[in-house]
Amino acid sequence: MQLQTKLLAAAALIGCVVAGASFAQEKTVKIGALYPLSGQVAKSGEDTLNAIKLAVQVINTTNPDSKLPFGKTAGLPGLGGAKIELIAADHQGSPEIGAAEAERLIAQEKVVALLGAFHSSVAATSSQVAERSQIPYVSGESEATTLTERKFKYFFRTTPSSRTQAQDFFTFLRDVGKTGGTPVKTVALVTENTLWGQEFAKSVEGYFKEFPEFTLAAKITYAQGTTDVSSEVQRLIAANPDVVIHASYDAEAILFAKTYKSFGFQPKGIMAIGAAFGSGAFRTALGEDANYFLVREHWARDLAAKNALIEEVAKLYEKAYGKPMDGTPARAFQATMVLADAINRAGSADPAKIRKALAETNMPGEQLIMPWQGVRFDETGQNVLTRGIFIQTQEGKPATVWPFDFAQAKLVWPRPAWK
Amino acid sequence: MTATLATQLLVSGLGMGCIFALIAIGLTLIYGVMNIVNFAHGEFLMISMYGTWLAYSFWGVDPVVALPAVGALMFLFGVLVYYVLVRQVLDGTMHAQIFATFGLMVFLQAAAQFVFGADYHAIDKSWLGGVLRIGGITLPSAQLAAGLGALLATLALYALIFRTHLGRQLRAVSQDRTAALTLGIDADRMNALAWGIGAACVGVAGALLSSFYYVFPRVGAVFVLISYVAVALGGFGSIGGALVAGVLIGILQVISGFFVASTLKFLPVYLLYLVVVLLRPTGILGRQ
Repeated sequence: MQLQTKLLAAAALIGCVVAGASFAQEKTVKIGALYPLSGQVAKSGEDTLNAIKLAVQVINTTNPDSKLPFGKTAGLPGLGGAKIELIAADHQGSPEIGAAEAERLIAQEKVVALLGAFHSSVAATSSQVAERSQIPYVSGESEATTLTERKFKYFFRTTPSSRTQAQDFFTFLRDVGKTGGTPVKTVALVTENTLWGQEFAKSVEGYFKEFPEFTLAAKITYAQGTTDVSSEVQRLIAANPDVVIHASYDAEAILFAKTYKSFGFQPKGIMAIGAAFGSGAFRTALGEDANYFLVREHWARDLAAKNALIEEVAKLYEKAYGKPMDGTPARAFQATMVLADAINRAGSADPAKIRKALAETNMPGEQLIMPWQGVRFDETGQNVLTRGIFIQTQEGKPATVWPFDFAQAKLVWPRPAWK
Repeated sequence: MTATLATQLLVSGLGMGCIFALIAIGLTLIYGVMNIVNFAHGEFLMISMYGTWLAYSFWGVDPVVALPAVGALMFLFGVLVYYVLVRQVLDGTMHAQIFATFGLMVFLQAAAQFVFGADYHAIDKSWLGGVLRIGGITLPSAQLAAGLGALLATLALYALIFRTHLGRQLRAVSQDRTAALTLGIDADRMNALAWGIGAACVGVAGALLSSFYYVFPRVGAVFVLISYVAVALGGFGSIGGALVAGVLIGILQVISGFFVASTLKFLPVYLLYLVVVLLRPTGILGRQ
């Protein structure tokens, strides 16, 4: 053999070894998670991060009984069984710290994707860093509508924005009419006057065009910490709407409900965004009168009866962390699975390829632990197949009553007269 | 607008106004006798509401039954606050007096948050929880009772202050402290009495209020600001003035909440306050 050939062979051999080594390096894929692990909402941050850890564990380990995606296999099959390595960072609820930690995770820890960030404000700054560094960012629980209005290429949100949450009220009402329930024509909107209530009111008003069968009968904005709401309720009685949609915090939820009762205000349904009309405080304060209020939620434990994946994940979560899973951890779990699915399809830890795979995501509803129709992102990065659920308090307990295919109890509609 | 609706708005406003009045009367009485503004007045309300709620949730005592006891206990509490705190700063500067009751407010709020947490508590079934319907007009029993209670309390106070020997002594101290002292009136006792009665008024208001309003550590702040306005509007120290102003505020806020906008319902109230203060600085029924 000539020297030249020998050299070529050696070079080829070295090439193979190098390629092999680089492939071996890809056996772990580093992803970062930004959550508030200290400060005011540390508890929620920890619960949420725990769900992400659980998702990573499901992906990385084998469990022959698992029905979850990646549950049976160890690691990501698309990358030859590569494991996911999770690196968590604490942003303390601060947008500045969130941005700095995103910078650190990307530059020093070399993560190829980020998850975060609970607070919408932190998601806004940290995703800006990710966008600049061209690192995909998946948010499972930051809801501010504006996050997906920035024309970012690397930002994806699996959870519905606060605007799309308003849409659920209309689809629900349309569904009620379609399935033979007493149909609804007029809607009254009652919201508190801080950012949350006002944004929600704006979102609801925006949907009347898309759902022309409904009209806005009255719009009432009240100041928080009000002493009585009899004038507000008088206006509602005068407008006589079929349903009332509320955005209220705990205190005024109690006050409104009591005043509705005392004036005998009897719409077909009283619905609300946020948990106030279905909270424990609300139920104890109102006793029997707490029944039949409808609250829009993301997730409920009783959905497990219809979805084996929910049962599996909720049980694992309870076993690992000693407390029941709730909606926000469930959404974070889902976001992690969506990211893992994209990395798997990309077959690579290259951020650009992962981004491309994320944009092409098309997960059917039966692979999810959320009551959604699936996961598919529009060009803004927003999942367009989300769907909320409605919980109705019945006999003092919350029950999922919509979407009807997920319902655990029959919707009571129209609401019965006050006792 | 129908006559029924107009009556309904008036009646709703009247009910709420009587509660404002009852709180304001307690405040104005303490001010009238001692020239001290009780900044912890709202927290007195909060305490009496917690008391009523506790009696209900632990022993099933209805707010109506608890009312006299809450009133009496609040009387004692007012006297206690006078002897333990207020008397110590009586000869101090006005700042010392302001900071003493202001500090008490902060302390009581924090203590309530520590003991009861920040949760909202409410009484779900009270005898006053129902409503009375007369010809299409709805009268929540609790507001009706509050209205009656406020009227009775005002009448009783009037009788006490203008018809009894004790009342003469109270008035004497409020008109000229030094002269009253030289005539052998025990000003200290009168002061304690004013604090006791003032706190008892708010105790009665709290018991009535808790049959339809929820209690939480900062509930006092919601009501007390309005009662300050009622006191100033009615004339500092004037019991009748506080009653008239409280009722006026109640009616105004319901009417403007209905016709203008919910968020602006207190705008006419403060506007009226400004006008009255500009044209008649002593308030509607205040003396020069």
